[in-house]
Amino acid sequence: MADAVADVRVSAVGRRAGARSMVRKKSFIAFLFALPLILIILCLVVYPAFYAMHLATLSKSMTKFVGFGNFEFLFKRNTFWMVVEQSVLFAVTAVIFKAVIGFIVAHFVHNIPLKGQRKWRGMLLIPWVIPPAMSTLAWLWLFDPSYSAFNWILAHIGVGQVPWTGNPYWARFCVILVNVWVGSPFFMIMYLAALKSVPEQLHEAAAIDGANWFQKIWYVNLPMMRNIIQITALFSLIVTFANFDIVKILTNGGPVDQTHVFATWAFTLGIWGNDLPLGASVSLFMFPILGAAAILILRNVRKRGNEA
Amino acid sequence: MTSASAPIDSRAAAPVRYGSIARGNRRALRWSYFFLVLFVIFFLMPPIYMLITSLKTSAEIGAVTNPWWVYNPTLENYTTLLSQKTFLTFFRNSAIVSVLVVSVTMVVSILAAFSLARMQFWGSAALATGVFLTYLIPDTLLFIPLFKIFAWVHDQTGIELINHWWVLIFLYPTLTVPFCTWIMIGYFSSIPKELDEAALIDGASYLQILLRVFIPVALPGIIAATIFAFTVSWANFLYPLAFTTSEDQLVLPVGIVTTLIKGDVYNWGQIMTGALLGAAPPLIIYAFLMDYYIAGLTAGATKG
Repeated sequence: MADAVADVRVSAVGRRAGARSMVRKKSFIAFLFALPLILIILCLVVYPAFYAMHLATLSKSMTKFVGFGNFEFLFKRNTFWMVVEQSVLFAVTAVIFKAVIGFIVAHFVHNIPLKGQRKWRGMLLIPWVIPPAMSTLAWLWLFDPSYSAFNWILAHIGVGQVPWTGNPYWARFCVILVNVWVGSPFFMIMYLAALKSVPEQLHEAAAIDGANWFQKIWYVNLPMMRNIIQITALFSLIVTFANFDIVKILTNGGPVDQTHVFATWAFTLGIWGNDLPLGASVSLFMFPILGAAAILILRNVRKRGNEA
Repeated sequence: MTSASAPIDSRAAAPVRYGSIARGNRRALRWSYFFLVLFVIFFLMPPIYMLITSLKTSAEIGAVTNPWWVYNPTLENYTTLLSQKTFLTFFRNSAIVSVLVVSVTMVVSILAAFSLARMQFWGSAALATGVFLTYLIPDTLLFIPLFKIFAWVHDQTGIELINHWWVLIFLYPTLTVPFCTWIMIGYFSSIPKELDEAALIDGASYLQILLRVFIPVALPGIIAATIFAFTVSWANFLYPLAFTTSEDQLVLPVGIVTTLIKGDVYNWGQIMTGALLGAAPPLIIYAFLMDYYIAGLTAGATKG
């Protein structure tokens, strides 16, 4: 009898120890599965990001520690403040236009009969699918100073020639236009998905209460889509703020550095000018805005997770 | 998946309405089509202009004629470009890099996503958030420190990383892996827990659960992530521009921009042809797998 009790106790203890070792084994396997990801993130993202901060405190030849010397040098240069201004102007204007165009086009697509929507959506997403470097070449050719196909149309409807990328103000307009062209299909797709999740009963109830189309959009669709609108805009703000391809190919920062954004100027200083520390200092200015946007996105994503 | 892939539009099945509402709807529909046509013209104009220019001879491009029309269509630009050894090298480099990056990305992110979505370990929740944050760090912030790190590796080991196309195989996963892991976590989390518990009771190992249960069930998500990884690695412009310079080491986007634009002489017919050929692979994939493409796009931001 006593033996039997002891037996039971022993086996229970054994089972508990077995369970614990199984959990340990499980978490070890889990860690092993995630190890390649951890290595990639640590070696190729986290380490370089921190190394950039160290690099920014070195002199041009990277032999001497200069503290905030690079930043002091930047703050004294007019070009730097121009780049700050243009980066902010570029990102904010482009994101606003992308969001507005995406919102409007999503509503038009949502309005038409369901069986035609796939075709229209497919055509409207094409700018997002083409590699930006390739489509910017087409824009460069459309803006060509002597053979601009836009100027040909303008001449035929009796409007004067536009200097497109030749004039600082028009060049700023051009880089924003191309960015809006590339990015608004993404907004359209996101907003269309959000629009589909707005229950039709809400529209019917609003219609019975006598709401017109504008009131339906303003008081029904907009509040229901708020979360997606915010997340998409913040995502796009990060990508637009860090944009490189479009400015690099279309204007290369010119005329007279008027269209440089942080990324292109950092490339010009760091790789072409052979001053890696200065380039790193410039690119680090992207950090604050990226961090702020990231925190906001994370909060939104979490909130969304709780709702679901 | 999001509601976009399974849309239920009650208006499509709505009963016939009479009077002014029906008339109002018809008018709204006409205006919708009108504006959609305008937007499609705006969105498709550059690629169509690429095609128009690519079919022209240099003489016609330089002539003072209607730039929006081809008077003497010719495939000359395509034949010259496709018989050029350098252009084919760009294409080969791009293809090899993209295929390898996609394979590496998918293996790494599927394993990691399975581990983060189903098998917790110490710090796994923090890591999932970390993956999302790394996705937000752009390549424009990383290329300068990486440049210096590569130089340091050369000094230490004698391995030259700069100006070799294969270095891109190590660089592109920084752009693709975080996002693919992120959306795969979303897809894996949506699989019912009962499924893997049943497999576990039947004595399956974790690798078997992943291969036999999770991958088949989450196949649409895997296709979406694969398309994303391919598009990103085909289109990236900054890394190859910063890290490769010799003509035989370039990938397609950089090759077209740097070798076809020589000084002030722009051969626009060839540039547009090259750009169109460079845009073709993502466009072809998109044409055949549009629904997966869109599902991946919307999953990235809506899965939390």
